[in-house]
Amino acid sequence: MPQYLLQINNATRKVEAQPGMPLLWILRDLLNLTGSKYGCGIGLCGACTVHVDGEATRSCQVSVVAAVGKQITTIEGLGQNGLHIVQQAWIAEQVPQCGYCQPGQIMSAAAFLATNPKPTDAEIDDAMAGNLCRCGTYFRIRKAIHRAAQEMQS
Amino acid sequence: MKTNIEPPSETPPKFSRRAFIASSAVVACTGALVIGFKLYGPVHSGEAPYNAGSPFDSWIRIYPDNRVELVLAKTEMGQGVFTALPMVLAEEAELDWSRVSVVQSEECTGTGGSGSVRESYLPLRQAGAQMRETMIAAAAARWGISKEECFARSGNVTHRPSGRVLSYGSLIEHARRLPLPDAKAVRLKTSSEFTVLGKPLPHLDIPDKTTGRARFGLDARPQGLVFAVVAQSPTVGGTLVDFDRSRALEVPGVLDVFEIKSRDGIRQVAIVARTTWAAIEGRDALKIRWNPGPHADESSEAMTASMKASFDKPPEWTWPTAHATRTPIGPVKQIESVYEYPFLAHTPIEPMNTTVHIQRDRCDVWTPTQDGQGVRKTVAKELGMPESNITVHVMFVGGGFGSRFNRAYTVQAALIAKQMNLPVQLVWTREDTIVNDEFRQCGGQKLRGAVDSKGNVLSWSCHIVDTSIAGPWGMPPQAWEAPDLDIFLYPIPDLHYTYSQIHSAIKRGAWRSVSESFNGFVLESFIDELAHAAKIDPYLFRRRLLASDMPSAKRSGQTGALTPKQQQAQSLLAVLDQVAEKSDWRSPLDKGRGRGIACWRAYTSYIAQVAEVTMTKEQFHVDRVVSVVDCGQVLNPNGVKAQIEGGCTMGLSAALREAITIRNGVVQEQNFNRYQLLRMPDTPVFETYLVDSNRDPGGIGELGITLAAPIVANAVFAATGKRLKRLPFRLDEASL
Repeated sequence: MPQYLLQINNATRKVEAQPGMPLLWILRDLLNLTGSKYGCGIGLCGACTVHVDGEATRSCQVSVVAAVGKQITTIEGLGQNGLHIVQQAWIAEQVPQCGYCQPGQIMSAAAFLATNPKPTDAEIDDAMAGNLCRCGTYFRIRKAIHRAAQEMQS
Repeated sequence: MKTNIEPPSETPPKFSRRAFIASSAVVACTGALVIGFKLYGPVHSGEAPYNAGSPFDSWIRIYPDNRVELVLAKTEMGQGVFTALPMVLAEEAELDWSRVSVVQSEECTGTGGSGSVRESYLPLRQAGAQMRETMIAAAAARWGISKEECFARSGNVTHRPSGRVLSYGSLIEHARRLPLPDAKAVRLKTSSEFTVLGKPLPHLDIPDKTTGRARFGLDARPQGLVFAVVAQSPTVGGTLVDFDRSRALEVPGVLDVFEIKSRDGIRQVAIVARTTWAAIEGRDALKIRWNPGPHADESSEAMTASMKASFDKPPEWTWPTAHATRTPIGPVKQIESVYEYPFLAHTPIEPMNTTVHIQRDRCDVWTPTQDGQGVRKTVAKELGMPESNITVHVMFVGGGFGSRFNRAYTVQAALIAKQMNLPVQLVWTREDTIVNDEFRQCGGQKLRGAVDSKGNVLSWSCHIVDTSIAGPWGMPPQAWEAPDLDIFLYPIPDLHYTYSQIHSAIKRGAWRSVSESFNGFVLESFIDELAHAAKIDPYLFRRRLLASDMPSAKRSGQTGALTPKQQQAQSLLAVLDQVAEKSDWRSPLDKGRGRGIACWRAYTSYIAQVAEVTMTKEQFHVDRVVSVVDCGQVLNPNGVKAQIEGGCTMGLSAALREAITIRNGVVQEQNFNRYQLLRMPDTPVFETYLVDSNRDPGGIGELGITLAAPIVANAVFAATGKRLKRLPFRLDEASL
């Protein structure tokens, strides 16, 4: 099988995989980085969201070939120096219920806030519309993103 | 985790001295004091204990450094039991909350029916009180003074006169030699003494759920794990004809492809691979033929037609209810309506999965289940292995809602693992998870009602026609379809409820709140219709009805004279009044906006809600939902509010988006492209208020979902005069 070098959470990882294998399964089944979740496999639930060169990306829709040479950050690597400000806000607002979708929600929110540090409700809704939560934590997610934005200002 | 305790083989009464000594025999190896007990209380008190082989399913472990672990026989699936239940223990045992943690018990009992708190409240309080009193007795013995001079607080016993203090951890050796007080006689704290319960404490499982560290079923990673998917019939009841595995075996990473056959004779094909992806690719490459079976002509259209036909036929079942007549005041309005509801999928975001490793005569199962003991029984039966050889590691559940009682994937995982000498993780893809789900029942209800000009509802008849979910439990089809007629809190002198079944082979099951999910919609919409027919404000109409059966306050002079049903009506009235006030019900709204109100009692809890909607071009947006909840003693307001907000959001998702349709025996919506869930832009702002109450706690996990549809339908009617009667709502088909 072909071998690839990937930059994941600031480390170089060597994997053997078919070129078309999605990054999600590389992370979960080959590298034991299980924080990125499988939810739908067609890019519609957002549970597998990671950062590819800083951009929120559905890892089930990125092949290993396409991931080579990119800086990949997963939920495990988000808070390199303790909890990321978004993770802190998630705890402060007591967002997660079952918690399964939350790594993806947090990765989407972190990438969004990096480009829009003072978002409105509508901008948050728009940015987060690709992430499903069956427990219905959207209301608290919105509050947590505002809180994280405020923390980033101060 | 593995518990360190060998429970005694006899079945002693709960919390007996014998059990205590036996369960604390581990002190020598871990230094901990361990108290075993069993979690099942009032809700299931009529039933025999689930795991008759063991006297315990939960344990309290106290360590010398004052740490306390609650080994808990309930599943955490987002409903907050991993925080609310240890809070109960901490309250009664007088623990230092910062030193309390939860460990998943391997004796996990059924978790559902909004029952975890109701079942566990008393057993946990009794075990906690036993622990507290034993610690006080141990300290008193050590000091050689009377117990009455001591009190416990925050993990310490204090001698009141001298101020001397001993920690629980330092009392383990003394406590171990003392008998436990009788659980039934031990003093429980009064609610006025509570210092932990009622506080909005952060959930203990949340930090790990923000870092990716929380382990769900799909995150089980035993050494040497391989991955599997199963090729299953696309139609319900379809059978395997044949398959050619050669192409599948050519897919890189595929290890094996073989047939599995369950004890009930279902034949399927397993694809095992080094990665989940390779297994899915292998299945795509598999050549397989299915006989569509006897149900390939099933369709949603045919079920709707069957429903409509049944409305005009005599019912198959009639519930016994009161049939009195009442003299109307003024003119009488008669109305008739049909409400409809579709099949719904559970679609938790974690797809169905189970990991199994069989080693000689031992079997380990890692699974996100709502019933760990049930899984053990199923696996034992399927493998012909004694239950005692099977360990079920219950993982965090990535969304339950009733879906994790399904055992089909557990059986498949066990059968695959039996053929592999390795741990196997079976994954149902999203498509598998939806197609093989057990759906919420579909059907409809035809109602007729008569109301006079004063708002007295003279008669109410309802013919329920749906697919029922009772079949697999051997219950009659009508078992879980009607609202609870014993506590029908609107007094109606002439009340008829009847039932007829729509026959379908499509699998059905319990979907969050079961029948409340559609009865809340139908009943609270129809009441609203009657209010408008009588030209009375919908809040005042409900208020008047609920109060009409109450003895007048002037006449009775006290509330103590109320019957249980009147007390229930009074509690419902109280949340209704509060929600009208909190939502500013009487304040005018701009044109194109509307408010809808509804109230409900379930799981011994009460809820009233008001929604505000804004009509947009061809559609509408739900802006705000105000809730008032009386769930008795609130354990953790943080968790209760989360359940109300989340439940209502899920209810809105069902009301605005969701339907499973069947064509040619095949589920048409197989992934989130066609089975649409509510997303953040459609989420309202929530305001949730909790009533102070000392009543024993009621359920809240399913309460928040019950009224989402009627508050929206009633608000849309207020804004437009259009009545939404079919789920999911489509404004263009609403009748004026």
